[in-house]
Amino acid sequence: MELLRVSGLEVSFDTPEGVVKAVNGMDFELSEGETLAIVGESGAGKSQLVMAMMGLLAENGSARGEAEFQGKDLLQMKPKDLNGIRGKHIAMIFQDPMTSLNPYLTIEKQMTEVVMHHQGLRKEEAREHAVEMLRAVRIPDPEERIKQYPHEYSGGMRQRVMIAMGLLCQPDLLIADEPSTALDVTIQAQITQLVGELSRKTNMSVILITHDMAVVAEICDRVIVMYAGEVVESGTAADIFYRPMHPYTKGLLASVPRLDQVFDDKLHAIPGNPPNLLELPEGCRFRDRCEEVMEQCVETPPVWQGDKGRMCRCFLAGGSEE
Amino acid sequence: MSKPVLRVQDLAVTFTSMSGGLLHRQERQIRAVDGISFDLMAGESLGIVGESGSGKSTLARAILGLIKANRGRVMWRGEDLTALEEEAMRQRRKELQIVFQDPVASLNPRMTAGDIIAEPLWTFYPNMDRLQVDERTRGMMKMVGLLPNQINRYPHEFSGGQCQRIGIARSLVLNPRLMICDEPVSALDVSIQAQIINLLKDLQKKLGLALIFIAHDLSVVRHISDRVMVMYMGQAMEVSEKARLYQRPLHPYTSALMKSVPIPDPERARARSHDSWLTGDMPSPYRRPRGCIFHDRCPYRVKRCEADVPALRKMENGDWVACHRGEDIDLSI
Amino acid sequence: MNSEANIRKADLSVEDPFAAAMAEEDIRGRSLWVDAWHRLLKNRAAVVSGIIMAVMVLMVLFGPMLLPWEGDFTDWDNTASPPSLETGHWFGTDAVGRDILVRTLEGGRISLLVGLVATLVSLAIGVSYGAIAGYYGGMTDRVMMRMVDIIYALPFMFFVILLMVVFGRHIVLIFIAIGAVNWLDMARIVRGQTLSLKNTEFVEAARACGVDHHAIIRRHIIPNLLGVVMVYVTLTIPQVILVESFLSFLGLGVQEPMSSWGALVNDGAQDMESAPWTLVFPAAFLTVTLYCFNYIGDGMRDALDPKDRL
Repeated sequence: MELLRVSGLEVSFDTPEGVVKAVNGMDFELSEGETLAIVGESGAGKSQLVMAMMGLLAENGSARGEAEFQGKDLLQMKPKDLNGIRGKHIAMIFQDPMTSLNPYLTIEKQMTEVVMHHQGLRKEEAREHAVEMLRAVRIPDPEERIKQYPHEYSGGMRQRVMIAMGLLCQPDLLIADEPSTALDVTIQAQITQLVGELSRKTNMSVILITHDMAVVAEICDRVIVMYAGEVVESGTAADIFYRPMHPYTKGLLASVPRLDQVFDDKLHAIPGNPPNLLELPEGCRFRDRCEEVMEQCVETPPVWQGDKGRMCRCFLAGGSEE
Repeated sequence: MSKPVLRVQDLAVTFTSMSGGLLHRQERQIRAVDGISFDLMAGESLGIVGESGSGKSTLARAILGLIKANRGRVMWRGEDLTALEEEAMRQRRKELQIVFQDPVASLNPRMTAGDIIAEPLWTFYPNMDRLQVDERTRGMMKMVGLLPNQINRYPHEFSGGQCQRIGIARSLVLNPRLMICDEPVSALDVSIQAQIINLLKDLQKKLGLALIFIAHDLSVVRHISDRVMVMYMGQAMEVSEKARLYQRPLHPYTSALMKSVPIPDPERARARSHDSWLTGDMPSPYRRPRGCIFHDRCPYRVKRCEADVPALRKMENGDWVACHRGEDIDLSI
Repeated sequence: MNSEANIRKADLSVEDPFAAAMAEEDIRGRSLWVDAWHRLLKNRAAVVSGIIMAVMVLMVLFGPMLLPWEGDFTDWDNTASPPSLETGHWFGTDAVGRDILVRTLEGGRISLLVGLVATLVSLAIGVSYGAIAGYYGGMTDRVMMRMVDIIYALPFMFFVILLMVVFGRHIVLIFIAIGAVNWLDMARIVRGQTLSLKNTEFVEAARACGVDHHAIIRRHIIPNLLGVVMVYVTLTIPQVILVESFLSFLGLGVQEPMSSWGALVNDGAQDMESAPWTLVFPAAFLTVTLYCFNYIGDGMRDALDPKDRL
């Protein structure tokens, strides 16, 4: 059975300038033990779709569609039930660990609180469990350090604590929203490796949200590429990286500066800027920046097509195959 | 034989922090920049790479006199900037400019794009008439890829990439000779990063600027540098010509940095071996390792590294490295 | 070094889509003030308060001119008479037959004037004092703020009474006395804001561009302070009016025949049981004004939410 099945998910926000559709109808599935990457730039809607699933949307936001987790629709759940799932079955890590951790409580307090609440452990047991978790994420001297406060940890260590907290209740799904973007590249490498390792060990599914294609290549099995609120391509990591179909995906891959290739001259850049969601062009949303744009792209929006697991929203993808 | 247009000599910046309560007042020092020296030729581009805590941003500000240096000299076209009075230094700013990391925060939210770009003109050419200022401003906007009809818009009406372009236009409006870019693309999306890097390269060529490009990512710096300096905890570990650095780095830290850069290629990424990767975090700046500052994390360390501080020395090919085992280890990629 | 010519002649590598757009008209920008204004207009309490205050100002300015008698006219036929339409005294009269309505409106002129002028005084002194202390920092800041602390510690009432005794009960003196105390708060607030603004990246960028100190304060610091200052001003005005009322209550406020709401409340309080209307009307006007300014101040604070500023 699929762990997570999302269909027709739409997320809208009611702003003074009008209704903004941050996510315009998404469908995807996630199996157990699978690592899925949702890739896109700012404004693509990737964070919003996860917020909607977890019931964390802002006041002026609303979601439609279905998000079935272990058979139950998250979007229809009452806050009480959702609370039972959050933390226990689905854990979430955010981009900036400093703002996700309470600066006034020790790490011990924050971690044991979570475990005691969800699993009913006693204080000593919870503490032991927490220390083990810190050890698993390679915090040195966990026995000592657990008594410290967040500000006494470095950025990379705080993010590791966040991961440890997320994993305390052995969730089935870990959602990481840009977990290493704010970190140095050496720490980023460690964190990415850690997430991959833990996922393999415990057969935990992971949804990794990022704009960094390189991080995706390190640990992800499948990839969904988003642009302006829509999914434009989906497939396995190999499909996306070696046989990209959508011009945006191709453009993204080409813009990443790489160490292993020699092109010392100009970096390939996708011209223009992402569209304003309040003033979307007719036809394909990517048309103004697309290098392979055709006449029909300007008038009609392309359809989401392909086989299950390998799909693309582009006129170029229909018919011809690699 | 041309002389360097910028020569930094043993520049050091130390921050002092007070800690402890009323009874245990302790003064602790952080050596943010710990003796950096390098030369830069006219039209040359130097990339400076380092992680957070390496002191690269502090270095940039110290070179420009935005932070006072505790030691060392900054020779700009033969003149020592650190010895100048405030007003004299202010006049030099026409030639020395900087682009900041956060494109939105570096723009005054209450000023229009046109005013932001024109401000340096008002400051140094107060007699320039409005028409000229306007023409020059629009010219700059076109040059950085902005539509001139956006001249009356406010920063919050632009995207991050566009705000960065405004910042670049502002720093170029006085036709400087040196431009320091402090992580100018770190806060931008990948596709916009590529646009801005290309823009900076173009502008550098067109205007013959000396450029210092600061980043935390080796792959970004590669596209825009002639030489690269790698910093760690306030010190320079290596200063090498670009092609040589990326083929065979001289310092273990450089090699570790390169190995940490993720490769956007699933098969190669997973095939990479993870040994001799860096473990742990950077040591606390309050407890600096003795001897070589990198030795506690270095997979190639020997006894000597724990006691002796390696000086930055010049190799035959003109590159510099601060490592006792410089020539011995082959770190070829 | 003809740098300008260099740039004009520079080759423009801009893509085609721009070419057509280049000839277009300049787009009007939407400043943060305009955004804030729109947000303020959506706040019903603030808008209603604004309308009430506007009406109030019109009333106190032009009302007395439309009424048949002046504030010091004593109507001996109708002393201490309750509000009625037949006598023409809609708010009634006081013990000596003066029309309460006119007195209230004329008193309003004084109260609002005090509010405005004293606030302007504290604004002028406080903003420049605070900005200078905050911007230059160091010893300048320490000395200036210690002076503020010292003045703050002086008992206000004592100071005012002293002034009154020495110089007599002049209305200008009241402006000065109140303004002289209020600027202290303004200075502290402005200094705090300046300190945080000083460390923003756009101020650093301005310094890096060689902008001199005066220009930085003028162009970068003060415009970004205005939001906080404006909110504080709308909340200061009611405070000042209240202070004046208090002074009047103590008998230290404006002298007869001029009157203020505070003085009227004082007079009315004495006849509270026999002629309650002499108290009720001025008190009502005073209260409504205070409420309105507070709602407007709150509305402004919400509209100028720091979230979109720094």
